[in-house]
Amino acid sequence: MSTDLKQFYQVFFEEAAELLADMETLLLALDVSSPSSEDLNAIFRAAHSIKGGAGTFGFSDMTELTHVLESLLDKLRKDELDVRSEMIDVFLLASDVLKGQLAGHRGEGEADTAAAAEVCAKLKQLAAAGGVPAKPAAPAPAAAAPAAAHKVFRIEFSCEGVNARVMENLLADLAGRGALENLSPPVAGAGRKTKKQAGKKTGKQAAGQAIQQCVLRLTTSSSEEDIWEALAFVVDPANLKIEAEALPSANAGAVPSADSDKPDAGDVQQDCGYGLFPEAVTAPAAAAVAENGGVAAAEAEPVRSPGRRAIDKLDAAAVKVGRRGEDKLAVPAAGETSSIRVSIEKVDQMINLVGELVITQAMLAQTASQVDPVIYEKLLNGMSTLERNTRDLQESVMSMRMMPISFVFSRYPRVVRDLAAKLGKQVELKTVGEGTELDKGLIEKIADPLTHLVRNSLDHGIELPESRVAIDKPAKGTITLRAFHQGGSIVIEVSDDGAGLSRERILAKARERGMAVHDGMPDQEVWQLIFEAGFSTAAVVTDVSGRGVGMDVVKSNIQAMGGRVEINSALGVGTRISIRLPLTLAILDGLSVSVGGELFIVPLTYIVESLQPAAADVKTVSGRGRVVHVRGEYLPLVALHEVFNLQTKVTEVHKGIVVILEVEGHKTAMFVDTLVGQHQVVIKSLESNYRRVQGVSGATIMGDGRVALILDAEAIAREAQGALAEAA
Amino acid sequence: MTQAAVQETAAPAGVMAAQASNEYLTFTLGREEYGIEILKVQEIRCYEAVTRIANAPEFIKGVVNLRGIIVPIVDMRIKFNLGKAEYDQFTVVIILNVAGRVVGMVVDGVSDVIQLAGEQIRPAPDFSASSFDTRYITGLGTLDSRMLILVDIEKLMSGSDMALMEPETLQ
Repeated sequence: MSTDLKQFYQVFFEEAAELLADMETLLLALDVSSPSSEDLNAIFRAAHSIKGGAGTFGFSDMTELTHVLESLLDKLRKDELDVRSEMIDVFLLASDVLKGQLAGHRGEGEADTAAAAEVCAKLKQLAAAGGVPAKPAAPAPAAAAPAAAHKVFRIEFSCEGVNARVMENLLADLAGRGALENLSPPVAGAGRKTKKQAGKKTGKQAAGQAIQQCVLRLTTSSSEEDIWEALAFVVDPANLKIEAEALPSANAGAVPSADSDKPDAGDVQQDCGYGLFPEAVTAPAAAAVAENGGVAAAEAEPVRSPGRRAIDKLDAAAVKVGRRGEDKLAVPAAGETSSIRVSIEKVDQMINLVGELVITQAMLAQTASQVDPVIYEKLLNGMSTLERNTRDLQESVMSMRMMPISFVFSRYPRVVRDLAAKLGKQVELKTVGEGTELDKGLIEKIADPLTHLVRNSLDHGIELPESRVAIDKPAKGTITLRAFHQGGSIVIEVSDDGAGLSRERILAKARERGMAVHDGMPDQEVWQLIFEAGFSTAAVVTDVSGRGVGMDVVKSNIQAMGGRVEINSALGVGTRISIRLPLTLAILDGLSVSVGGELFIVPLTYIVESLQPAAADVKTVSGRGRVVHVRGEYLPLVALHEVFNLQTKVTEVHKGIVVILEVEGHKTAMFVDTLVGQHQVVIKSLESNYRRVQGVSGATIMGDGRVALILDAEAIAREAQGALAEAA
Repeated sequence: MTQAAVQETAAPAGVMAAQASNEYLTFTLGREEYGIEILKVQEIRCYEAVTRIANAPEFIKGVVNLRGIIVPIVDMRIKFNLGKAEYDQFTVVIILNVAGRVVGMVVDGVSDVIQLAGEQIRPAPDFSASSFDTRYITGLGTLDSRMLILVDIEKLMSGSDMALMEPETLQ
């Protein structure tokens, strides 16, 4: 059984991670002074779902912690306790511990058991400190069965040797599937025994310990196999018996003779009336039954009878379950239908296939363009429809990989909150444009560099409240995360209203490190210095930042994604760091150039302009390195046919074309034979079957089916600078 | 070049090859006959125009588009100085699937698919003088009067002197 279960682990891990992230977001957004019951319910549901999942897979450490967490949350949402800010802290701590435990189960590192115990203790303390005597917490199963297609099962099993907690989870699980009734006969002398445990007693615990032979009746839409699966984890299958019962007999059991015969009329009104009895709604059958030790099911009846009477007799159980399901599950149910989980490989495969389709379409279009448009009018019409459809298809397939950047932004409120508290700063985090979408691959990769920038802003940018007030700034600093589309790229900005970068300090530090700098350097170049490895102007090294590791990593990470980093800063006013990324890793806008009969693609993002220089504008330095004079600037020149050792007829610069590239703020002139055209190309890896090639970042397939190489503009620029430096 | 137009017979044989691993695809380089394990062969194609790769060794002709995958093409005739490196409609490319990669190999011609029993394979003598590194030769097969040089193509293609893979990915 346990081996079969392993295949579902991954699903649980993913779900639990998402639930934890949701929980954290909700906790951070929670208004402590007037918490909305909707949010509290949502947090509770998240905790409960994690508990349910962890229980199923036997991750007892997670179950224990979520159980305690859930108990406290339950009190909060029932207004038995008031929400206090220290609770939020403990909740956040608990979610961290849960993350650790999750990672432990995934096999990534060890879970911190000491921290778990500590958090458990804190949660219990908070629950007790509320001053309100702990009432037996009525379990509120998150997943209630829908009203349709109910079956009634009689479940008998021996619960000998099953411990109380497992039993409790099991009952909660079953109750989550539908209406559960406990028909177990009480064991003499044990049925009503009160078990004090940490000042808290739940009826179900007592029930679980008391009963040796457990008889349950479950009205549910789950199949017999599902119930069997659920029970088989806990109960020896040899002692387990599940029988389907006829529906009427179930009703007879569930609705005893005490039930009044109400006419069918006035159903609607009675339904509303039913909803007004919160006790009957929140206390599911399982709790009520278990609390009363099993046989007392009938005794419990009078409590609920006002509500019950209002319901049409035949569908008592079904309606009840259905209504509860609607009330509680409105939000998650909507989430379930609006998305499906698909493995990323499938999506990538689809993207590849569509890429092929685009190429085939381009090939057909090229052939079709040679036929007589009068005779083949229909064919050409079809071709243009095909072209449009292919483009639409490509766009929608690409959008499958797109995710809103809020997936990344949502983690920063927590980072900022924790760090601000640690540094004694007051910081407000604003996010703008969370809905901006970018490729999933980029989302994953952008998170780390962005975290680094946010931490940097907080540590180095934002001043302490006292110093801010002293210079007439509000005590509370602001960090703004902004994302927006610009052209074919997405721009992500981290800006703060802090101290700004100090030009003098950076230059002084650079001199100290023996770098070639001078006072006349433009600001942009000075700011770029902070991306040098090991460069830090922080006076004190803290555990937050200041070691000078990081900014260089940030830059190299972003460049690896095909992006650029720009800094704008004003001393005393603030700093803005902008990251410019391509929308997707899979497609690139490029200019195709031809050199010696070969086609190369130059990424459009690097191109400033293309021109044909006059013979007099091309000069040499020390007779070897060449420069081009373009509007007052001397740009280093690199001839592509020399870089790639190609034979070409065009060897004089003024007969070919010079493409000006801008890389890291430096311009380079690249000499090619001719420009061919502008394309959107699908990037293919050269490395998957071959190796990295100097000066080439990848390959693509052109409309005629041939392979064209994509130039690595940075490597070309380096080549040019290197050649010039060598010559000089 | 003895049996030039054999692609037709060899290609379907490649499909059937799954039954036994002691089946070999034989090909010629100059006047030598080589055998490689059939399971490493993905397909056999005609030579088509390649996109050259800058600063690559001469025997790496370039890359081609094989149904959307970028595949490097190696000319074994240049690599081992055997036969004449001419390209026409009879030039054959064996597409190999080795070490998780797809690589194309230009040879003079593909002969056939043969089965070799254990006793037909002799250990390779020491060829220390040959350009062909003996590490890649698993044995010499005899079939009637023909001698086949049996090559561990996976080892050969992932070897550092083929320059097909990143140095760090080599074992």
